[in-house]
Amino acid sequence: MQALKETLNARRLLCPLPVIRTQDKVKQLNPGDLLEIICTDPGVMHDIPAWCRINGHTVLETSSGNHEYIITIRVGE
Amino acid sequence: MSKQRKAVALISGGLDSMLAAKVIMEQGVHVEGINFFTGFCVEGHTHAIREHNSTKPNRNNALWVAEQLGIKLHIVDVIEEYKKVLINPKHGYGTHMNPCLDCKIFMVNKAKQWIVENGFDFIITGEVIGQRPMSQTKSKMPIVSKQSGADDLLLRPMCAKNLPATLPEIEGWVDREKLCSITGRSRKPQMEMAKHFGIEDYSQPAGGCCFLTDKFYSAKLVDLWKAQGSKDYELDDIMLLKVGRHIRPKAHFKLVIAREEGEGRFLQGYKKDFISLYCSSHPGPLALIDGELSAEDIYFSARVVARYGQGRDAEQVDITVTEKDGSERVIQVKPFTKDEVPNEWHV
Repeated sequence: MQALKETLNARRLLCPLPVIRTQDKVKQLNPGDLLEIICTDPGVMHDIPAWCRINGHTVLETSSGNHEYIITIRVGE
Repeated sequence: MSKQRKAVALISGGLDSMLAAKVIMEQGVHVEGINFFTGFCVEGHTHAIREHNSTKPNRNNALWVAEQLGIKLHIVDVIEEYKKVLINPKHGYGTHMNPCLDCKIFMVNKAKQWIVENGFDFIITGEVIGQRPMSQTKSKMPIVSKQSGADDLLLRPMCAKNLPATLPEIEGWVDREKLCSITGRSRKPQMEMAKHFGIEDYSQPAGGCCFLTDKFYSAKLVDLWKAQGSKDYELDDIMLLKVGRHIRPKAHFKLVIAREEGEGRFLQGYKKDFISLYCSSHPGPLALIDGELSAEDIYFSARVVARYGQGRDAEQVDITVTEKDGSERVIQVKPFTKDEVPNEWHV
């Protein structure tokens, strides 16, 4: 099955809401799928990678600019 | 070989819940964390909004604790369900607008639902007898167990030896002798335990982890309810109470004025929901106005906003007024003096 790449708009949400929305979205995805999360709270640069580490997902890329923070993760097993 | 038992630990991000989970993990129980987001949690938000908090670790302590313990953490959005707890708490409020006992009952009840849905055996909290005057007393603990529906599936490892044995102890899932008997407000026993477990870095928020224990935040919430004529709120309402200087010059409108750049950036996100003002002739903060305003009210508000900018001593400043649809106009006003903005206006 081909991996999906989905995008989650978490702009204007403050932590931990972007983490909660990521958690809820990941439940709908399969292992190997990619999820790009677009946020405006800089706290996500700490919180989403921490959430990924403890839940077995992988952060593939982080970037920021124009007060936006984009994190791409791969869903783990 | 006996079945490995599974417990869910309520993780706030503070030391007590971290130690409680650790004590049970040490007994070979599989532990996962659960954290409830009510909208009033101190964790995260203020760090994100306010520049001056940047010296604190920029992290969510519940996630951080889970990572230190090596356990999964489930963060649950309970914003909507929590409204009924705060608006009409059966056991009343604490010193401020904190419905601590109802809150604890609510969270343990949610945890009970979670263990049933996820096949876990029992619940752990970091409660200590005598630690908090409203919810963590010896007489209140059975109330939490009973009214949450958790009954003897709720284990408090930090003070278990001072309480009747729970099912995990009776059934031998955990060894009661290896649990603790801490009481009181002293933090010394917890600090010694932390040292024993090699935990050097931990969060100990002075007012707990909830904005509702804060006098100033509670006053703003009461003001909001009074102004709107009902005890209700949306998430954006309670977020805005965390930010800025709140000034209510008249009963029908309130100004939220940024105190620093971080807050200004945060308030920018609400410009489609409120009329906003900023001083365009001098450096100054962004302000939102909450309420139905006449032209006179806007002029009046502009004079207040001018008071908090660098043009406060000028004879006249330009204030840009932005409507919700983005249309702008500039008005000239004389900033109020300090005495013209009385303390009673500050919420």
